[in-house]
Amino acid sequence: MTVESTAARKPRRSSGTKRAAGAASAAKAPAAKAVATAQNAEPQLVQLLTPEGERVSAADNPDAAEFLSFVEDITTEDLRGLYRDMVLTRRFDGEATALQRQGELGLWASLLGQEAAQIGSGRALRDDDYVFPTYREHGVAWCRGVDPTNLLGMFRGVNHGGWDPSTNNFHLYTIVIGSQTLHATGYAMGVAKDGADSAVIAYFGDGASSQGDVAEAFTFSAVYNSPVVFFCQNNQWAISEPTERQMRVPLYQRAQGFGFPGIRVDGNDVLACLAVTRWALERARRGEGPTLVEAFTYRMAAHTTSDDPTKYRRDEETAAWEAKDPILRLKTYLLASGGADEAFFEALEAESEALGKRVREVVRAMPDPDTMAIFENVYADGHALVDEERAQFAAYLASFEEGH
Amino acid sequence: MAVEKMSIAKALNESLRKALETDPKVLIMGEDVGKLGGVFRITDGLQKDFGEERVIDTPLAESGIVGTAIGLALRGYRPVVEIQFDGFVFPAYDQIVTQLAKMHARSLGKVKMPVVVRIPYAGGIGAVEHHSESPEALFAHVPGLKVVSPSNPSDAYWMLQQAILSDDPVIFFEPKRRYWDKGEVDIDAIPDSLHAARVAREGADITLAAYGPMVKVCLEAAAAAAEEGKSVEVVDLRSMSPIDFDGLQASVEKTRRLVVVHEAPVFLGTGAEIAARITERCFYHLEAPVLRVGGFHAPYPPARLEDEYLPGLDRVLDAVDRSLAY
Ligand SMILES: Cc1ncc(C[n+]2csc(CCOP(=O)(O)OP(=O)(O)O)c2C)c(N)n1
Repeated sequence: MTVESTAARKPRRSSGTKRAAGAASAAKAPAAKAVATAQNAEPQLVQLLTPEGERVSAADNPDAAEFLSFVEDITTEDLRGLYRDMVLTRRFDGEATALQRQGELGLWASLLGQEAAQIGSGRALRDDDYVFPTYREHGVAWCRGVDPTNLLGMFRGVNHGGWDPSTNNFHLYTIVIGSQTLHATGYAMGVAKDGADSAVIAYFGDGASSQGDVAEAFTFSAVYNSPVVFFCQNNQWAISEPTERQMRVPLYQRAQGFGFPGIRVDGNDVLACLAVTRWALERARRGEGPTLVEAFTYRMAAHTTSDDPTKYRRDEETAAWEAKDPILRLKTYLLASGGADEAFFEALEAESEALGKRVREVVRAMPDPDTMAIFENVYADGHALVDEERAQFAAYLASFEEGH
Repeated sequence: MAVEKMSIAKALNESLRKALETDPKVLIMGEDVGKLGGVFRITDGLQKDFGEERVIDTPLAESGIVGTAIGLALRGYRPVVEIQFDGFVFPAYDQIVTQLAKMHARSLGKVKMPVVVRIPYAGGIGAVEHHSESPEALFAHVPGLKVVSPSNPSDAYWMLQQAILSDDPVIFFEPKRRYWDKGEVDIDAIPDSLHAARVAREGADITLAAYGPMVKVCLEAAAAAAEEGKSVEVVDLRSMSPIDFDGLQASVEKTRRLVVVHEAPVFLGTGAEIAARITERCFYHLEAPVLRVGGFHAPYPPARLEDEYLPGLDRVLDAVDRSLAY
C-alpha cells in the first residue's frame, strides 16, 4: 500500500465523527482558521462497526474491504470475548475511580471511552510482541494478562510500577509524555537486529505528538525501518488543551513526512481497531517498517481524578461522543445478530461484580512499603553512598525505639 | 499601605497579573495555563482578562516552550513560562542549559534573556512519580542562570515581580505543598533584593538555613527547640544562585553553628556548597561542622513513603542536637 492511498482512504460509512463546531475558536488569523477547519473536517477513518451497531460490509464500503480481510477469522465467540474485555476493563476502571474517591488511591487516570481502541489493538498483539504504554493503557494491560490490581500500586503510592515488564512483554507505565516512543523504537531496532519477527507497539496521546521525543522516534524508526507500530489514541484532549493546540493537520497524515504510512481508525470501533492494528503489525513483521495508527476516540472522563473538565469542556461535546460508545455499539450488534443472549450479559455482569469486589479487596489490603524500601534497587551493583545512608537512617529510626 | 492576607498561589497569581498590567511585553506561556488556569490554578483568570495573545496555551512540548521563549525574548518580549511539574522540566533542560543560560555571555553581553521559568517543585502532596522532585542544584550549578524559591506569600509576590524584571533568566521554584499557606502581602512594600537572605526567626545558639518548602519545617523546629530552651535562628535563603553568603555568614558568626536543610538529595546538593563556603568563611567561629539534612541518594519514593523520606521536624531537631553536642 502506498502512503498516498492510505491518506486518501475515505470509507463512506464513517458517520457522525465530526468535531462539534466552535472548538477551534482560538485561531485569529484567517489562514490559521482555514487549517484548523481542515483538522476538524469529517475525519477519514476506517470503520467496520457503526455507532448504530451495524457491521460494514465490503459492498457497503470498498475502502473497508482490505481491512475486513484482517478480521475474517473473528467468530461470534471472539466478538463476545472482545465485548467481555471491554466491559471488564470499564468495570475495573470505574472501580479504580471510585477507590480514588474513597481515598484508597492517590490518583487515577481513567480510560473511559477508550476501551475499543485499547482492546482492539491489544487483542491484535501476539505474545512475543512488546508493548510500551503511557499511564492510561489499562485495557491493553488486561489483554497482556497483567493482573489489573498490579496497575494500582503506583496510583496508590506504594510503588513506581513494580511489575516485571518481561513477564507479559508489557513495559512499565511511563508518565513523562512521549518518552516511551523512543524506547519502543530502540526495542524494535533490537528485534530487527536479532532477526526476530516480533513487533513492537508504542501507545501515546494526541498531546504527546507535540513532543520532540515522538518526532525523534518517528525519525529513527523510519531511518532504521524498525518493526514498530505507533498507536496514538487521539482522545481530543491533553488535559485542558484541545487537539487544535497540538496540531493543524490530522495527526495520521504526519507519518507521510517521515516516510511511513499513517492511518486513522474509528477508535470507538473495536473491530476496526483490531483489523488496522493487525495490518500494521503484519507490515512490521514483514520488515516493512513503522506505521502510525491514529485511533480517533474521546476521553469521556476527566484527564485524571485531579482534573476538572468543567473548566474547559462543553457538555454537548461529551454527549455527542456518548452516542458513539464503543461498548454499546457492540452490544447492539451482538443482540441484533443473535451473537449473544441475555444469559451472556447476565453472566458477564456477575463476572464484572466479582472483578470489582476483588479489586476493592486487593487494594484495601495493599500494604505500605517498608521504609527501608527507599534504599532498595537504587543500583543493581550496590553503591557505597546508598549503603552509608541506609545505615545512618536505620540507626536514626532505631534511636526512637530506644528513646521511648 | 495595601496589606492583604492571601495564599502563595494567590500571591503568585496577583504578581503575574501585575506584571501583565505593567509591561505589555510580558507573556505567560505553558501547558494548560489558559482556560484551566494551570493545574495549580496559578494563572487562573489571566487569559480571560489579558487574552490568548498574552496568556498562551502551548503545545505539550517543554523544549518547545523554553526554546520559543528564548526566541520571543530575542524579539523583546519577557516570557514567563510555566513547567507543569518539576519532573517535566528535563525535556527543556537542553534549551535551558545550553541556550538560555549562555546567550548573554556568547553575545558578549549584547543579548539579554529576561525569561522566567516557573516550576512547581518538591514533594509532600502525595503525587505519583516525577511530580515531587527538587532539581534546584542541577540548575544552580549552571553559570548564567539565577535560581530562587520563595517560602511565603509576600516573597512569592515580590520575588516573582523581581524575577520578571530581571534581564537574566531566572528559574523560579515554587514550593507546591505550600501553595495554600496564607500570609500577609504588602503590595506597596519596597522589597529586599531578590537574592538577599532573610532572617525568618532570630536565635542565638544555632542557625538553620533553608529555602522554599523547608523554611516552614525549620520554623516549627525552632519553635519546638525553644520549648527545650534552645535558641534557634532560621535563615530563609530565598536564592540558591546566587547565595547570600554574607547574610548567612553574619548569622553563623553570631550562633557559631549551622545546619542546612533541603528536600533535595544531600549528595552534591546546595547544602554541600553552603557547607564548604561557610567553613571557609567562618572556620574560626564554628563550634561544630556544618551539618546537612535532606533527601537520600535514591529516587523520590512512592507517595506512601514520602513522609519518612522528607526531612521533618524530628530529623531537623536531631541535627540541631548533633550540632549542639560538639
Ligand atoms: C513531559 C511531560 N510534560 C507534562 C506532563 C503533564 N501531563 C500529564 S498528562 C498530560 C496531557 C497528556 O495528553 P495526551 O498526550 O493527549 O494523553 P492523554 O492523557 O489525553 O491520554 C500532561 C500535560 C507530563 N506528564 N510529561
